This record gives sequence, C-alpha cells and structure tokens, in this order.
Amino acid sequence: MKQVFKRPEAMTDKPFHFCPGCHHGIVHRLVAEALDHFAVREKTVGVASVGCSVFLYDYFAGEVIEAPHGRASAVAAGTKRVLKDHVVFTYQGDGDLAAIGTAEVIHAANRGDNITVIFVNNGIYGMTGGQMAPTTLLGQRSTTSPYGRDCHRDGYPIKMTEMLAALEGPSLVSRVAVNTPGNVKKARKVIRQAFQMQIEGKGFSFVEVLSTCPTNWGMTPQAANDRIAEEMIPYFPLGTLKQKDIVDVL
Amino acid sequence: MSIPKKVFTKGNEAIAMAAINAGCHYYFGYPITPQNEIPEYMAEHLPAVGGEFLQAESEIASINMLLGAAATGVRVMTSSSGPGISLMQEGFSYFAGNELPAVVVNISRQGPGLGGINATQGDYFQSVKGGGHGDYKLIVLAPHTGQELYDLTIKAFEISEKYRMLTLILGDAILGQIKEPIIPWIPEKISGDPDRDWLITGAKGRTPRKITSLFLADGEMEKHNWHLQEKYERLERDDVMVEEVDTEDAELIVVAFGSVARIVKSAIAQVREAGMKVGLVRPITLFPFPRQTLLDVGGRTKKFLVVEMNTGQMVEDVRLSLPGDCQVDFYGRPGGSVPTPEDLYDVISETYTAQSSN
Amino acid sequence: MYNDVIMAGFGGQGIMLIGNLLAYAAILEDKNVTFLPSYGVEMRGGTANCSVVIDEREVGSPIVGRPMSLIIMNRPSLVKFEPRMKPGGVVILNKTLVAPEVSERDDIDLVALDLNALSEAAAGNTRLANMVALGAYVQKSGAVTVASVSVALKDALNPKYHKMIPANQKAIEAGAAAVKS
Repeated sequence: MKQVFKRPEAMTDKPFHFCPGCHHGIVHRLVAEALDHFAVREKTVGVASVGCSVFLYDYFAGEVIEAPHGRASAVAAGTKRVLKDHVVFTYQGDGDLAAIGTAEVIHAANRGDNITVIFVNNGIYGMTGGQMAPTTLLGQRSTTSPYGRDCHRDGYPIKMTEMLAALEGPSLVSRVAVNTPGNVKKARKVIRQAFQMQIEGKGFSFVEVLSTCPTNWGMTPQAANDRIAEEMIPYFPLGTLKQKDIVDVL
Repeated sequence: MSIPKKVFTKGNEAIAMAAINAGCHYYFGYPITPQNEIPEYMAEHLPAVGGEFLQAESEIASINMLLGAAATGVRVMTSSSGPGISLMQEGFSYFAGNELPAVVVNISRQGPGLGGINATQGDYFQSVKGGGHGDYKLIVLAPHTGQELYDLTIKAFEISEKYRMLTLILGDAILGQIKEPIIPWIPEKISGDPDRDWLITGAKGRTPRKITSLFLADGEMEKHNWHLQEKYERLERDDVMVEEVDTEDAELIVVAFGSVARIVKSAIAQVREAGMKVGLVRPITLFPFPRQTLLDVGGRTKKFLVVEMNTGQMVEDVRLSLPGDCQVDFYGRPGGSVPTPEDLYDVISETYTAQSSN
Repeated sequence: MYNDVIMAGFGGQGIMLIGNLLAYAAILEDKNVTFLPSYGVEMRGGTANCSVVIDEREVGSPIVGRPMSLIIMNRPSLVKFEPRMKPGGVVILNKTLVAPEVSERDDIDLVALDLNALSEAAAGNTRLANMVALGAYVQKSGAVTVASVSVALKDALNPKYHKMIPANQKAIEAGAAAVKS
C-alpha cells in the first residue's frame, strides 16, 4: 500500500499540548516539512521562545536551545556565528518577538543574520491567560484590555512584517496564514523558501504566520478561523513584501 | 604560536589578549567606558584567528548571543561595565539555569544610576549575591594586577567549563586602564572537551539534545536546584583562591580585594616598616568566598579591618566568616574616591594602635 | 629603588607619550612599573595626567597620593598637584607657560626650565618640550638612565615616527644637560 501522508521526520511523536483549534500545531508541521525537504534535521538548531511556543523542544526532533523571553533572535545570532553550516531558526510568538524582543529581532534582521525567524501572531498572550498583545486588534477585548484595545492608550497593532521589510538586511519577509487549506499551501511554500534562503546563505528570512487562539479569543475553532479572514487579514494583509532571488525548488 | 616574552599593556588589553590565547574566538559586546579597549582589541585581533567579533545592539543582546554560542561548547566572552552588567542579569540567571559556561568581564564604574567612570567596588553584591532571579551563584574572580588580569582570564575559561557556570571577572577602572608589563602565556588546553554530552551541535546520528531551564514536572525544579547547590559546595571545597600576606604574626589583618588590595599592600609595607604587625587576606575568588581561610586566621588574630571602595559590602561576608570573638572594623570610600597609600597608612595605624591599647 | 612621578599638562603636550616612554625605559632596565593615565571624560576637559611608579620590587599602589616628583606642563596642573607633594620632592616646571612664582611651596625642589626654548635649540622646533622635560626628570631623579630613555624611544613611538628618534634623543639629552649641576 502506498503511504500518502506521514509525520515529518523532523517531528517527534509526542502529542501536542496545544488547545483544540490552535494553529501552532500546523505551523510546527510546516516548519518540520521544510526541514525534511532539505534533509537538514540533523544539522538544525531551533531556538525556542517563551510562551506557548516554549515546548518546541518537545515536538521538534532536532536540537533546541531555550532562550530568555524575547531574546531568541539574539541567541540564534550567537549560535549561527559558531555553527555557520547549520540551519538555525527561532520560533517566536507575538509577545516574545513584537514586545519584549523587538530590539533583538530588528537588529538580527538589519544585520542580515543568516537565520530564519518564524513569527506566530495570534494577537493575544496565550500561555499567560489572554492578556493584550502588541498585535491585539483595536477594540479587541483581552484580560488587560477588558474594554477593548484603545489606540489612545495602547497604540496600534504593530505590523512587524512591514517594519522589517523596510530594512536592507533581510532576504525574505512575508506574512502568511493557515486558516484555510489554500492558505496552508501558500504558507508551506513561503516557509520552505525562508529556509532555502538560509541554506543558500542569503541572510535573514522572516515569516509571520497569522494564527488563532480559540481559547483566549473565546471562540470555537471554526469561528476563530473565520475571524482570521474577517478581522486579522484586513489589518495584517498577506503577501511577501521582500524577497531576494532564489531558484524555485518547489 | 610564538608570543612575546614581556609586553607593556593596558589591563583591558591584557584580558582580551589572554582570552584569545585561551582559545576564545567569539566575542559579543556593546561599548561602555571604561572597558572599551576589550571590544576594540577583540575586533582587531579575532579575524586573524578565524574568530568573530560582533557589536551587539545592547548588553541584553550580547549576553544572549553569548548564550547561543556557549551552547555549542566554544569559548566565548563578553565584557561591560556596571550599567551594562545590570542589563545582563537576566541572561546570567539563564546561564545558571541552563548550566552553560562563558566568561563575562565587569570593568566596573561608579553608581548607582549612570554614575561615573572612575574606579569603585560597588558591584560586589551584584556579583556575588546574584543580581538576577532565582537561587544561583556565579564564579567571581577579583584580580589586582595586570598579570593577574591575564592569568585569571585564562583561569576563568577553565573553571567555567569545569563547573558549567558563568564566570565573572570583576575589575575596575584602575585595573582596566593601568598599563604595566605582563608576561603572556598560552595554556595547554585551549578549548573545552568536544565530547561533552550536552553540546548543541546538530543531532547528527544521535538523540537530539535540549538546553533548557524550564522544569515543570513535580519535584524536578527542586532537584535541579539541589544539583546546582552541589556544584557551589564543590567550588567552595576545591577552588577557593586567596592570597595571604604576613598573617602569621599579625595583630591586625586587613581584608581587601581587587585594585584597593594593591594599595593596601603598599600601606602595609609602610606600617610594617614602622614596626606594626599587620597582615593582609586578599580574596581572589569572591565566590567561592575564602571562608575557611578567615576562620583559620581568625583563630589567632582577633582584630580585622576591611577596606573597600564602597560603603561596606564584602565586610558582611568577612563578618559571617570570622569566629564570633573577632572585631571587624570597616573603612570604605565610595563613589570613585580612591584611597591613597597614605590614607590607608593612617587608617591602618590608627586601627592598630586602638587595638594595642585595649 | 622606588620612584613615582605624576606628569600633567594640556592634551596635546605629549604627556601620555612621555609617561609611556618612561615606563618602557624602566622595563628595559628590568624594573617593575605601572602607568596609570587619566581617561574618559576626564580627558575631554583638555587636561591630561598620568602616574608612573617604578620599583625594583613588585609595584604596590599604582595610585600616587603624595608624589615625590612632578612634571608640570601648564598652570592648572601646578595648582592641582603641587599641594600634594612630599616635602623635598622635585618639580620639573614648564617655565615657558608657568611663572615659577605661581608655586606656593618652599619645601620642594622647583626646577623651572624654558622647555620650548630648550626644545628649539636642541631639535629645531618647540614640539619636543615634553621630551626635554622627561630628560630633566630622569637626570634629576635617577629613576632610570637617560640612555635607557633614548633606547626605549623605538618601543614607545609609533613606527611611523621612528625617523624622529634622533631629534627626540637630542631633546631628552638637552633636558638632562639643563639640570646637571
């Protein structure tokens, strides 16, 4: 019998702890598929961040360094300078990358550090219990914006992809979503391109993935998927804003 | 590699030179006075040995780049001064939890706040009591001459690898800026063992490893803490460094570390000439602190004077270490005011005379 | 034998250079030496000073509280350091810029020299006044020999100035000659 679907080699068989409908599982898989595609699992180092994504080391079947909150890009920059022929990636949420670690990711991008950053943006703090994120939409309620995010007090949802695309350093800057099968296919391609950039030594690659948090959004998984399309994509438009030339391997 | 017999060099450069000669080929840092000669030396000389210098965007980034590189097992170093070291405290705690070796240099300056760039010893507590969160220690080395800056930098890499602990070299502006002749040397071992079972090098042909300080399972965190504690106890047993000068017949013993200990040495030479029996205990490791040495000398000498360039930090550890019947006086000069040998001559002889009249 | 000296003047008068040169000369003589410069913001104000301690034994304090010698190149430096001097100490004073009357101590050995004129006479320009002062100091103190200072020039000077070594040697010797009794 022909096998048509299997767990990527770059993933362990440990069951996810993620909540039903959470997109982390999909994004983990897409990263693992990309590493399988290039057959680099044994020469890859993942850098885990703080938040729901911290358990990367349980699911990724390669080596993982846990970074202090927000510092994953700096840790990866240090690792990559020693292990130049290895693949080094970070996997960070919106609190980690777009609040406490903003400086670290901007400077890693600006230096063109040859690493890949996967940025999972679900507009809320998941692990700490639904507090406001820098990417929480205007008017959105969270446990620390109980009356809705107010631009006068809290500022605006931060657009990391657009910010980083303005820099000279990065080789790829893109925003994708995984709320529909079509979007998953596009995301798979972009994440693969991001790792290809690194493997070809083209420098910093960055993929923002719009993601759900049904638990803290207070929604069913289906409603959360719909919200991505109806509320998040209009504010955080999908697409590749910056890309250096590579030969398309797909 | 051929190296010159004797070089006339600044303390900061002696540290950088020693680091490279000890096989440290990666440096991450952010400029701050009075330690800038360290990153400048590394930036100039690391490319020639195939190493890499990177000026980070902040000390927060520096310490985390250090963490990412240290996880691969190479020798790495960063350096800074008080305000920058404060920013690194978070990283120090992660180094402790993750059990990673690396060397950090603090050529300290006045504080609190922006302070000033003159020599003080106000960072003693921050160094030995743990400035970051959690129940942890650093290994803290306190050199007092240019040669010792060189020697202890090499020692720092070795001891840091032995215990998988961050090792801090605590200096100040006098030590960093002073120029004196030093004799460079190259240690036998210029890298850690490549077979260490925790190195992150890609999981080729073996089970993947993880570097983490997160322990959520029942009892795991306590177990990890006891494991760290065991290392700290081993350090206190096996790796204390301390210098004793003329303590055998001393009726008064001065305790001082770092640059001020050197000034104390001059003052003691003068009071000895004047017939006063004064000795010196100079802790070289601030952690592990030479408690046993103090307990021993406190058995025969009952009068102690602690001299520091702060308002009284190490004196607490001296008091905790000595037998209860010892008297401990303190002389401190905070805020960048450096005592001269003459100042200390006066203080020491007054303290000595007060004792003799008892 | 123990010797210490504080050298002070305006930035640009070559204070750090002669401090370094003295230290290199001490190293040639296999003596222990420390050179402690003023640095950082302290230098931004336009004044520079350094302390050099030379000893046959291990150098204790590199900090000089009560100097036994001074090389003073400008007036603010005399005002700052003279009061701290040990009685009987030697001051090499740059008379070109500071009148000897500014000195308030009568228990020290004040050697006032017209350094610019001596430099001009020895080397054809006034830029080596610092070397003249150093020559006078080593002759007077015996901290190192004048010959050692001359030999140490190649260590202390940037190689691109090595063609200037003969002129520097003349200035050092002129300083030494000026204080020979």
